[in-house]
Amino acid sequence: MTDLNAAVLVEGVHKHYGEVRALDGADLRVERGSVVGLLGPNGAGKTTLVRVLTTLLVPDSGRAIVEGYDVVEDADALRHVIGLAGQSAAVDDYLTGRENLELVARLYHLPKTEARRRADALLERFDLVEAGHRQARTYSGGMRRRLDLAASIIAEPPVLFLDEPTTGLDPRSRLALWDVIRGLVAEGTTVLLTTQYLDEADALADRITVIDRGKVLAEGTADELKQQTAQAVLSVQVETPDQLAAAAAVLGRLDAQDPQVEEAARRVSVGTTRGSAVIALAVRELEAAGVVIDDIGLHQPTLDDVFLALTGRAADEADTIEGAA
Amino acid sequence: MARRNLLRMSRRFDYIVFLAIQPVMFILLFNYVFGGAITTSAENYIDFLIPGVMVQTVMFTAMNTGTGLAEDLNQGMIDRYRSLPMSRAAVVAGRIVADLTTIVLVVAVMLLVGFAVGFRLHGNLLESVSVPVMTVVAAIPFLWISATLGVWIRNVETMQSAGFLWLFPLTFISSAFVPVESMHSVVQGFAEQNPVTIAVNAVRGLALGIPDSSDIVKTLIWTSGLTAVFSIAAVNRYRRM
Repeated sequence: MTDLNAAVLVEGVHKHYGEVRALDGADLRVERGSVVGLLGPNGAGKTTLVRVLTTLLVPDSGRAIVEGYDVVEDADALRHVIGLAGQSAAVDDYLTGRENLELVARLYHLPKTEARRRADALLERFDLVEAGHRQARTYSGGMRRRLDLAASIIAEPPVLFLDEPTTGLDPRSRLALWDVIRGLVAEGTTVLLTTQYLDEADALADRITVIDRGKVLAEGTADELKQQTAQAVLSVQVETPDQLAAAAAVLGRLDAQDPQVEEAARRVSVGTTRGSAVIALAVRELEAAGVVIDDIGLHQPTLDDVFLALTGRAADEADTIEGAA
Repeated sequence: MARRNLLRMSRRFDYIVFLAIQPVMFILLFNYVFGGAITTSAENYIDFLIPGVMVQTVMFTAMNTGTGLAEDLNQGMIDRYRSLPMSRAAVVAGRIVADLTTIVLVVAVMLLVGFAVGFRLHGNLLESVSVPVMTVVAAIPFLWISATLGVWIRNVETMQSAGFLWLFPLTFISSAFVPVESMHSVVQGFAEQNPVTIAVNAVRGLALGIPDSSDIVKTLIWTSGLTAVFSIAAVNRYRRM
């Protein structure tokens, strides 16, 4: 109510199903015109949160506001300002693409001619003109998603909720859908996007909220999250095992961190915050110390690393980022 | 909403064909197989049979409402509808209006087939017009019962068996196909009180030109009563989903 810049504001929302705490005091803030990626594993509470925000679920407690409308008290008004594209494309198989779009437009109370005009424009834009007169059951997965997305924006809602929009799509369809989403954002639509794909959050979102077990674990830009929770790893493969000790000594001085030595792989790895310039520096220092380098590389932390560090899932993979803060 | 359901139904040619075939089959089977063995108050068995088959068929057809809703509920369609600024009741009501339209069509098909095999209306114009109207009226509460089951069960397969199973005894232990007096005493009592019997008798009276106002009034009362209860139940259940 008081926060005019936030398109979406969630404060301490709980939603329990018996023992299961789908949402356990979740907080979220989405600035108007920005894209926030809600990142979490299956069952983290992403979809539950989207369902609360789109009035499909009533929260047990807490407050959730979209464009100034409370999800419980102003549910009817709120539905006018949101669009939702859910996990399973909400497309009617027995209607044509065009009929699907016109139906949704009419349900948003748009007049008939306007519904037709917008359906035309969206079919054009989402590359569905030829398919527009075909029944949706003949569509491919990517086409269904595009049609579903088109339906969700036909009333040009200022806030759009996308629940795992690319789940189950092949890589090409996925990239195409990303472009469509970027286009919407460029027009000023606020987007809340849930995903379990880290690259998707990285590619689309301005800010990322990591959620697990109904709680928010971390929030920030992709870079901020990477810096907070993981760092780049420099690894060097040396020519002969007897050079490992010398290499470890050199690398240990670079960032004052303890290097990891893997005898069998003839490899020394160390965490670094120096960025890519560290490679040139390491090469110089190693040469000066008489170490012959077989291979050298800098592994930038991905959101995968962040995610694993935060959720603690798949811990055996997480120990490649030793020394993470 | 209704338009959407009608449009998608028109796309499913097989669905419409089977919808029409079943009652036609009933008419032909009962008339030519059982007809000779059944003695009724009506002069020709076909005049007795058609009102019964019509009422029975519309009740069965009404069960498609629940199946259709269950199907929608499973396909993520409902999430979209519920996130739209539309009336909460529109999804259910739209479905019912569409199914009501198919029921009208089915009734028309049955009357035409009936006429072809010798069925005649014996009443005056008002009584004759009331025959299909009364039949459709008898279907309305079943549309809502079906809708309630559909939003409650939310599973197409379960809905298909749960929706139809109870209709067999309800419609067969009635005056739809044979006179109640010919039944075994165990079921006769039930058949006499069965609202389906009352509705069938009301329609049959109108068709034979000897309308029974008590049957007609009773039918109007139970249909509106059940419709009121189940329309509230269905919409309430849908709202709380």
